[in-house]
Formats: sequence, C-alpha cells, structure tokens
Amino acid sequence: MTERRLTITGAVDAAIRAHGQETYPHECCGALVGTTDGVTAVVSAIVPLPNTTEEGPRRRFLVRPSDYRDAERQAAALGGDLLGFYHSHPDHPARPSQYDLDHAWPTFAYIIVAVAQGTAHDMTVWYLKEDRSSFDEGRLHHGENTDSHSASAVHR
Amino acid sequence: MAKILIPTPLRPYTDKQDAVEASGATIGELLADLTRQHNGLKAHLYNEHGKLRSFVNIYVNDEDIRYLDKEQTPVKAGDTVSIIPSVAGGAPVAEAPVELTGDEYKRYSRHLIMPEVGLDGQKKLKAAKVLCIGAGGLGSPVAMYLAAAGVGTLGIVDFDTVDFSNLQRQILHGTPDVGRPKLASAKDRLNALNPNVHVETYETALTSDNALQLFEPYDVIVDGTDNFPTRYLVNDACVLLGKPNAYGSIFRFEGQASVFATKDGPCYRCLYPEPPPPGLVPSCAEGGVLGVLPGLLGVIQATETIKLILGVGEPLIGRFLIVDALRMKFRELKLRKDPDCPVCGTHPTVTKLIDYEQFCGVKPAAGHSAPSTEHSAPMEITPTELKQRLDRGDKLQIVDVREPHEYQINRIPGSVLIPLGDIPKRFTELDPGAELVMQCKSGARSAKAADFLRSQGYQHVLNLKGGILAWIDQVDPSQPKY
Repeated sequence: MTERRLTITGAVDAAIRAHGQETYPHECCGALVGTTDGVTAVVSAIVPLPNTTEEGPRRRFLVRPSDYRDAERQAAALGGDLLGFYHSHPDHPARPSQYDLDHAWPTFAYIIVAVAQGTAHDMTVWYLKEDRSSFDEGRLHHGENTDSHSASAVHR
Repeated sequence: MAKILIPTPLRPYTDKQDAVEASGATIGELLADLTRQHNGLKAHLYNEHGKLRSFVNIYVNDEDIRYLDKEQTPVKAGDTVSIIPSVAGGAPVAEAPVELTGDEYKRYSRHLIMPEVGLDGQKKLKAAKVLCIGAGGLGSPVAMYLAAAGVGTLGIVDFDTVDFSNLQRQILHGTPDVGRPKLASAKDRLNALNPNVHVETYETALTSDNALQLFEPYDVIVDGTDNFPTRYLVNDACVLLGKPNAYGSIFRFEGQASVFATKDGPCYRCLYPEPPPPGLVPSCAEGGVLGVLPGLLGVIQATETIKLILGVGEPLIGRFLIVDALRMKFRELKLRKDPDCPVCGTHPTVTKLIDYEQFCGVKPAAGHSAPSTEHSAPMEITPTELKQRLDRGDKLQIVDVREPHEYQINRIPGSVLIPLGDIPKRFTELDPGAELVMQCKSGARSAKAADFLRSQGYQHVLNLKGGILAWIDQVDPSQPKY
C-alpha cells in the first residue's frame, strides 16, 4: 500500500501547535476539516473540541458524541469534509499508543503533536490499518497558504 | 425498515452513502442486518467478543441506547438510527506497561476467569491508584479488600493512633497494635495480605492546604471520614479535580453509600448543600456504632471503587443507598445533579477549597469570639478541680447525661443519671439553687445540657471538661473506659 499523504496549511499547523501548548500539561483534541479526492487530502481548518475524558486529561482525550456531531456540522458549514482528528501527547513522543489504537476509527487521519515542557515539537499523522492491528504512518506535507479562505483556522 | 445514519469514517463501507436502510425488530437485529449488507463494518463496530465497541454510540431518534434497552432496544418502521463516534486516545501511560507475575496469576485466578475482569481488568486494577481517607472503621475493610483484589497503589491518610475502643470494628488493627500509629499497623497488615500492593501512607490531617496535592496522583478517592468538615473537604476537592468519590458513612445501625463527583453525576453538596447545625448529628464516639456496620458499608465502597476502575456494571452514581442493619433493609434514593450546586453546578461559587471547620460551624468565624466567652461565670471545671472541691466538702450535684448502658460501665460516685434526651422534661428535678456539674463521656453532650439549663434560668452550671474519660485519666484510673 502506498504511503498516504496529508497536506496541512501553515495556519492549521500553527493552530494545532498553539492548542497543544495552551492545554499543556493536559491533552488537547480537535477535528480536521478539509477536502479529499480519495488520494490527496488537504486540511484547511481545525475545530478545537473540549477534552471530556474522565480518566485524567494528562494522558487521555475524549470527544463526546455530541461534540463529534458538532464537528461534522461545522465541517459541512465550512464546505469541507471531516478528515480526522488531532490530539497532543504532553511530554511523550508523537507516536500512537495502544490506547490510541484500541479506540481508532478507520479512514480518519490522526494527527499527533508532541508537546514537551509546554512547547510543541514533532507532528505526525497516522491511519488505522484495515485489520485494526496497528497504524500506518502517513506523510505530513506542509502546503503553502495560497488560498486565504481555506486556510482559516476556526477558533472556539 | 429503519434508516441508519452512517458517520464519515464508516462511509467507505457503505459505498459512500451517509444513510442506508436495514431491517430488524431490535437494534441488535438491525445492526446484524447492516453488517451483513456491508462487508468490513463489523470489525469496526464490534470487538472480538461480539460486543459493541465502547467508542461506538448508537442513538434511536436521538436517544442513546445505553439509556434504553441497549441492543434489545426495539426499532419501529420509520425510526432513525444514528451511529455516532466518540473519539478517544492519549499518550502512552508513563509507567512501564503493566504485566502480572506468575504469583499474581495464581493469586487473582478467580478474577481472571471472569470476563468482566479478566487479564485486562486485573491489569487495570494493578495500574490503579486509590486513596483512602482514614484507616478506621470504613477505611479498614476498604483497604483490605482493595489490597486483596490487587489494586496496585493504595494511599492512606490518617494521623491517629490505635486505641482499644477501635478494635471492635477497625479490622486493620489488632490488639498488639494498640498505641501504634494506625498507618504503621495498616501498612503491616496490607503488606502481609498482598505484598504486590504498593502502600503509600500520609501521616497528616487532611486540610484545605494539602488535599488537592494529596489527591492529584490518585484515580479514585474513598471517603471513610467520620466528621462533616472533612466530608465536605473531600467532596469539594474531588469535584475540583474531577475525581470520583466512593462515599460511605455509618452511625449506630445505619449506613449510607454513593459515588459522588463523577463528571455528570451529583456530588455530596447536591444532596446536602449545607452541613447540619453542629451537635445535631452525633458522632460514632457519642452515639455508638455496630462493629460490623463499617464492614458492610466499607465493602460496598470497595465494590464501587473496583467497578469504577474496571468500567463495568452500574456504579452507584446518582443513587443514594441507605442500609438499615437492624431490619436488614436496603433503600435507594434517586439523586440528581443540582444545576445550582455551589461546587459542581453550572455557576459554582466554590471554586477553591475553603475553611471547612468554619463552614460546618465547628469553630467560630475569624473575628467572632466564641459565645462561651460572653458569660462572665466560669463554664467548665476540670476533673482535678472537681475532685479538689468534692474533697473540700463543697456541695456539688453531678448530673450524668449519658445513656443508662453507658452509666453501667463507669460513673462518678454521687452522680445522678438523666440522659440528654430526657433533660427537657426532667430538668425540674434539679434544684435551681444548687451548683450543678454536667457530665457525659467526653464533654459534648453535657455542654448541650448545660446550655439548656442556663437557658432555663439555672445560674450555677458547670460542664465537666473531657467528661468521664478525663475523670478516669486524671482522678480515678480504676474504672474501665469505653
């Protein structure tokens, strides 16, 4: 299988990092909105969502069904598709955990940003294998902010 | 036929359609039909045991089936069924992955063979951290059963030493432990029971200054306290930190239990926004408690703690269990989260820990002097002073306001017995001109009786400081204590 590729704009990249730094030492989470033709996907905006986990937000995130629905609605309102979700790993590498794997949905892109001592570092993207056995790492491509409309990051 | 709305990540399995039709009389049948029609869906909706995955939410016309009949929820023609994802994940837990040793496989075998616990559940227990507030009546069975069950880290907060009067119910401690710190005997007992458990002890009173820091590393807090200030403190700290509070309390033959301060559940203040007036509710030291009762209630708290850790069953959230051991009846009250709750409501007024002794009226607010100093006449007498005056031949009437069965155990020679509850109807038996010394076990009940008599115009009323216990310590060690 060929490596999947996800393009994010500079504004999206900055918004995800800022969100992870803002919630540090807790995990942040949010939705990725953009367009895809099945091969190439471009994230043009994010929808930051509240982390509603009850298991300790330093190591877990949870997007409730009501917030998921809200994310789908916002994606439609922005004229895009829901492409996946992002979350931060405070003081841990940007690699998916067993917990991430156990809770993953197919087809979605999962962006992970590592936030070490309050500063965002590596950012990676992952896709669940069809047999749920592990993730495939995708390639995160940083696009140019050529289109200012699609590059707008959504704020809460 | 019912319409099923498909979320974005599952549309590749339904030919990109966001809604499909399927038939079935219940949700279970409907989903079975759906997964038959669309290959590949099943692995993502169901786990290897054939159960719906925890992050798959099914709604029938906007009602979550978890609150209906789960997969047995009936479906009518024309209903709309939605599959809505929860999205979860997180960083790897900092500690090394939890594994069981050979000894632990043997030890926990009765857990391991139950699917509700199993190896995964036992690992969750081993990874879990539970903090017990108090190593007394409730804390004893809680800590012992949680240690036996394999909870990996048990914290205990207590600053007391073991007393003979504890042994009737506090099974963490034995006769040779009398006089030792409770934490020392608790640690010995728990280590002997299960050396795999890491026991953390905190020899301190729980206060507003240390509670948040003490609670931080723990997953579940178990409230085994015996007084209102600490109970409100534990509740508020749990709400502020978002940690569940497995609550229990006991008195005489009655007990109460619930799980407070979960995300969507009520807290102790939703039930009791304000504490009772001080002195209205007697403590176990004053009113007594059946020794077995903390066992019963503590085991309920331990059960709820384990369910919270495993994520199984129906926790005692939003339900208040009342146990009557004399009649052996269990009643359950429904509790709702109060949107106006001062600590967990929508607009909380309590956003940090306060002075709980003051809140509960146990000590006067800063700047206010205690009412007792307003009187010029002396209010109290110590046992030593009383003995000196009796030896001098002063005419003093000692009034014992305890219960008859307490009076049987020990008494001050020459005292008359009028139980506190009988004082209002029998006080006229007492000579208003005489000098009265009110006495009970430790001085709380007799202080109330003294206040009452003063309010009735009695001029010369003293309260025996420390009650009969202090009398025995200072004057007459030959009598038994209880």
